[in-house]
Amino acid sequence: MEGTAVRGRLTWQTATVTKITPETARASTIVFEVPDWAGHRAGQHLDVRLTADDGYRAERSYSIASAPGEPVAITVERLEDGEVSPYLTEELRPGDEIELRGPIGGYFVWDPATDHGPLLLAAGGSGVVPLRSILRDRERTGSAEKARLLYSSRSLPDVIYREELERPDPGLDVVYTLTRSRPPGWRGHAGRVDDALLAEVAWPTGQGPLAFVCGPTSFVEAVAEGLVGLGYPPARVKTERFGATGGRQ
Amino acid sequence: MSPISRGFHGRRRTPAGAEGRVPPGQYVTSDFPVLSAGPTPHTATEGWTFSITQGGDTKKSWTWDEMRALPEEDVTTDIHCVTRWSKLDTHWQAVSIDTLLEQVEHQAAYVLAFSDGGYTTNLPLQDVTGGQAWLAYGYEGGPLPAEHGGPARLLVPHLYFWKSAKWVRGLKLLEHDEPGFWETYGYNMYGDPWKEQRYAGD
Repeated sequence: MEGTAVRGRLTWQTATVTKITPETARASTIVFEVPDWAGHRAGQHLDVRLTADDGYRAERSYSIASAPGEPVAITVERLEDGEVSPYLTEELRPGDEIELRGPIGGYFVWDPATDHGPLLLAAGGSGVVPLRSILRDRERTGSAEKARLLYSSRSLPDVIYREELERPDPGLDVVYTLTRSRPPGWRGHAGRVDDALLAEVAWPTGQGPLAFVCGPTSFVEAVAEGLVGLGYPPARVKTERFGATGGRQ
Repeated sequence: MSPISRGFHGRRRTPAGAEGRVPPGQYVTSDFPVLSAGPTPHTATEGWTFSITQGGDTKKSWTWDEMRALPEEDVTTDIHCVTRWSKLDTHWQAVSIDTLLEQVEHQAAYVLAFSDGGYTTNLPLQDVTGGQAWLAYGYEGGPLPAEHGGPARLLVPHLYFWKSAKWVRGLKLLEHDEPGFWETYGYNMYGDPWKEQRYAGD
């Protein structure tokens, strides 16, 4: 668990919303123009700050959805009892200004220059967001590492980036498991990720795989422990769990 | 000058009775979210030790039973995570870090807590002494669950909760401050929630 150099101060800056794209009924991707963005690595996050007209402020962290080198984007899923996500998904419009700072985090990060081994990406619900940054980075850098995305979603319409994932890049397999409802004739996996599904999807440990697991706590615990059970060294299983209320899978 | 977020009014305000207890930028949750960088280690209490080390030497070490034989304290406290949730009135069963450090002669100014799984975090000695820090093994009347840091974690509630190292196995005594795991990745060296010291330079 070695780190990189400590960075300087992270300052708030005003970004402009350039584009908002609905991904599902509840999730949207928001693209920003950030005047002074230091550049990010795949898997990092940023902080967003909203200010009400009475001065009240709310901040939240969101995973960056875009690859390094692409315009900064986040994908936000609306939480029914949320304070910030309903605003970002329903009120925000292109042209609006918003404060953000980042990038933040340096462990749940994939660096194509230094991280070797086939990628196993496991997403529970909107946990797919930082993994999409990794997948786009892999594509943009022409990485030769094979990749598998195991995506656990409530239903097919809840799958974020579905169009993009339906025409995957060469060397990428996408495996869905649908936990709540399945379309007629669904031949994919059903139910929560279990050890049998993991054993089927996970690269053999002999290939030196690197796993990134992101989702609600129960999903991350099950997948991370399952991978350790399959012989993955814990240092090769990087995890990120939703910080707010769970149960979003 | 922050731009006004047109149409944003905010919904979460501090619950009645909790005024003055919730640091800026935090919201109160009744959940206990889990955040960690890797798989949850499962360490049996047999074979578990807690060590105080300095310069590569173990100055003192306790087995699980030896640690549990030390005076137990019931701690009721609010906790604050850097990801912005705060949880009020949590109950812990713990041994004071004062009780452990009293058994060691030293002149350290800082400690680096170290854990199963390789996690570390740094703290000034004066923040883990004086009744402000504990080695916690009980939560809400039961054993501390592994996903929350069991069998034992550090509890330093006046700092952001990443300083309360899960799965803690000891303290390394230091003369000078050195960054731990998240601190190396840009998080604040001290982490005072009342000053919103989330990241380096805050």
